[in-house]
Amino acid sequence: MTSLDVKDGVDQETVEAVRSVGGHYKYGWETEIEMDYAPKGLDSDIVRLISAKNNEPEWMTNWRLDAFSRWEKLEEPNWAMVDYPKIDYQDIYYYASPKSMAEKPKSLDDVDPKLLETYKKLGIPLKEQLILAGVEGAEDVNLDERKVAVDAVFDSVSIGTTFKDELRKAGVIFCSISEAITEHPELVKKYLGSVVPVTDNYFATLNSAVFSDGSFVYIPEGVRCPMELSTYFRINAENTGQFERTLIIAEKGSYVSYLEGCTAPKRDTNQLHAAIVELVILEDAEVKYSTVQNWYPGDENGLGGIYNFVTKRADCRGDRSKVMWTQVETGSAVTWKYPSCILRGNESQGEFYSIAIANNFQQADTGTKMIHLGKNTKSRIVSKGISAGNAQNTYRGLVSMHPKATSSRNYTQCDSLLIGNKCGAHTVPYIEVKNNSSRVEHEATTSKVDDDQLFYCRQRGVNEEDAVALVVNGFCKEVLQALPMEFAMEAQQLVAISLEGSVG
Amino acid sequence: MLKIKNLKVELEEENKEILKGINLEIESGSVHAIMGPNGSGKSTLSYVLSGKKGYKVTNGEVELAGEPILELEPEERAASGLFLAFQYPVEIPGVGNMTFLRTAMNSQRKFRGETELSAADFLKLVREKAKELKIDSEMLKRPVNVGFSGGEKKRNEILQMALLEPKMCVLDETDSGLDVDAMKLVADGVNALRDKGRAFLVITHYQRLLDHIKPDFVHIMADGRIIKSGGPELALQVENNGYSDLLAEVQ
Ligand SMILES: Nc1ncnc2c1ncn2[C@@H]1O[C@H](COP(=O)(O)OP(=O)(O)OP(=O)(O)O)[C@@H](O)[C@H]1O
Ligand SMILES: [Mg+2]
Repeated sequence: MTSLDVKDGVDQETVEAVRSVGGHYKYGWETEIEMDYAPKGLDSDIVRLISAKNNEPEWMTNWRLDAFSRWEKLEEPNWAMVDYPKIDYQDIYYYASPKSMAEKPKSLDDVDPKLLETYKKLGIPLKEQLILAGVEGAEDVNLDERKVAVDAVFDSVSIGTTFKDELRKAGVIFCSISEAITEHPELVKKYLGSVVPVTDNYFATLNSAVFSDGSFVYIPEGVRCPMELSTYFRINAENTGQFERTLIIAEKGSYVSYLEGCTAPKRDTNQLHAAIVELVILEDAEVKYSTVQNWYPGDENGLGGIYNFVTKRADCRGDRSKVMWTQVETGSAVTWKYPSCILRGNESQGEFYSIAIANNFQQADTGTKMIHLGKNTKSRIVSKGISAGNAQNTYRGLVSMHPKATSSRNYTQCDSLLIGNKCGAHTVPYIEVKNNSSRVEHEATTSKVDDDQLFYCRQRGVNEEDAVALVVNGFCKEVLQALPMEFAMEAQQLVAISLEGSVG
Repeated sequence: MLKIKNLKVELEEENKEILKGINLEIESGSVHAIMGPNGSGKSTLSYVLSGKKGYKVTNGEVELAGEPILELEPEERAASGLFLAFQYPVEIPGVGNMTFLRTAMNSQRKFRGETELSAADFLKLVREKAKELKIDSEMLKRPVNVGFSGGEKKRNEILQMALLEPKMCVLDETDSGLDVDAMKLVADGVNALRDKGRAFLVITHYQRLLDHIKPDFVHIMADGRIIKSGGPELALQVENNGYSDLLAEVQ
């Protein structure tokens, strides 16, 4: 994350990165670490136990229990264009935490070296590794000029948040959601579940009952967050579900850019990830939320991989508020994800930029919802879907203009690229316009990676795999440019890596 | 430099023979021109030399600097020094011209076991070569060939050639679509690269280009064969009388 000068399409570094990983999922190792598990399966006792592990107040425990009893009555949805074996919800661990986290380490010597090793492999700089490992006082160590505050979630628990003090000076709260529940209950009570209601959908209800950790961000009125905030999620323990919950509140006139990255080890079994992200955006505030999702996608025969069933929603409550979702979805065996924008405030704006890559036997059903409620609201959707191997990639998007959302506008551009002829791309747009001063534009294209383009690159000396990466990165350029610099590089490399083996 | 022995090529999709026994030997340091009616197989020859899919070699051999190349991948042939300036250069949306050039250059260097060029050295080199071809820096930033005019595309091909410094340069109708000044620029670009260690195969319909790039030999291709070879005077003959006399001669 240090080299920032490359943003012009794909670069040589991309090509090198591909070679250096040599055709393997880069984050596929696992950390052997002593874990503290709750018993397998789910019932109200497990919900209570998760709540107790986090030292939650009673109102929170009850909130979870209420969600759990609702979830028990729900049916798993099956409308998405994805196909996977029935999940046995009683065969999953709902809580796993490294044992060494039970007590905060006092110095480097007390930190479980395996934990440090994990962060090192993930490319997180040493000083931040210390902070993440929870070493007291590590924050006073003089950090490099890199200004990205990181929160890392390892299986079920948040490991630590860097730059806390510096952020606090600016009035920004960036901590784990469990900490927020105990330290800032008034904010959590007010906003938790206010964007994604407990009963929103099957996976959201499940998450509400069992979420174990996640990140919390509060940006006070008029504050421009002094650095990028980022969360790193990693699933390590086997047969463990990860249910994190992110809540971001941007008060009037504030601004924050938030990045989220995810990885998981290689395993033959499937693992469930059902997260919720809620963004509350008040008058004149702006939130940029970027995701690079690189959960283990399964092997080339479709064995293993993460089920990524995620509900992300932004509520643009205030007038002139703005949200921008950018996602690079390259991982997971099955993805089911529709980051949405509720454009409630007048003149509020929502943008969605997405790259979804499905290779081998991956399935992705992803898109967005733009719900226009306020006057003069604007939304823009740019979706780039890439399918290779035997993969299926679906864009599913809703644009809804309510009667009061007069003079509103949406522009949707939805491009699909196919590599080979065993994969599929599907576009499912839903459009509802209930007033006559609003305008909705939708453009969709489907194309194949052009043999002439590949030959042209190869004639100049670029090998076939690098040529595909080059062409695909070009195809995704608009979305890559929407990412913060630090992620743009990583995302380009991911594009290349995730397409390995798609040609020849 | 390049030796083509009795090369016969069919289309992969249908049983149609396009090249019907091409023999050609190009010495290092020389310039050969190929002329011939539309559809005679000139571009096909250039594609087969550079390894494009879709063609089946049914007979013959091709050697580049003494090494057989027909079994090599296109990128391996490129790294061994074969360059094709395309008749129709391809557009690659979203990929900056500069990024493309740098990727190509470093790929070739890496393949040959040479160290990669640093970003600074590369930039300096590109700017220098681009200036000679009057290619402005705006064009270097734009995506490869996208929205380039016909002439700009051709000049961009020559820029790539100048940077990659190949040993064997095949130019397929690089002159078509160029205005008089651009033709001069391109010819100067080619002449600047003329060297004892390098050879050129120039495919063209017009004598005009050959006024600027003086060929050592001219070959006339018709219906998948080279029907006549000679000196620069052969090109003049074509310019004045067309192909009918030559075609009649063979029949
Ligand atoms: N992929 C293909 N499919 C069908 N026909 C082909 C294909 N490639 C070449 N041909 C045919 O082979 C013949 C030779 O084509 P080629 O492009 O090599 O001619 P050329 O000499 O370069 O012509 P021009 O001067 O017009 O550029 C033509 O009849 C062409 O239609
Ligand atoms: Mg031709």
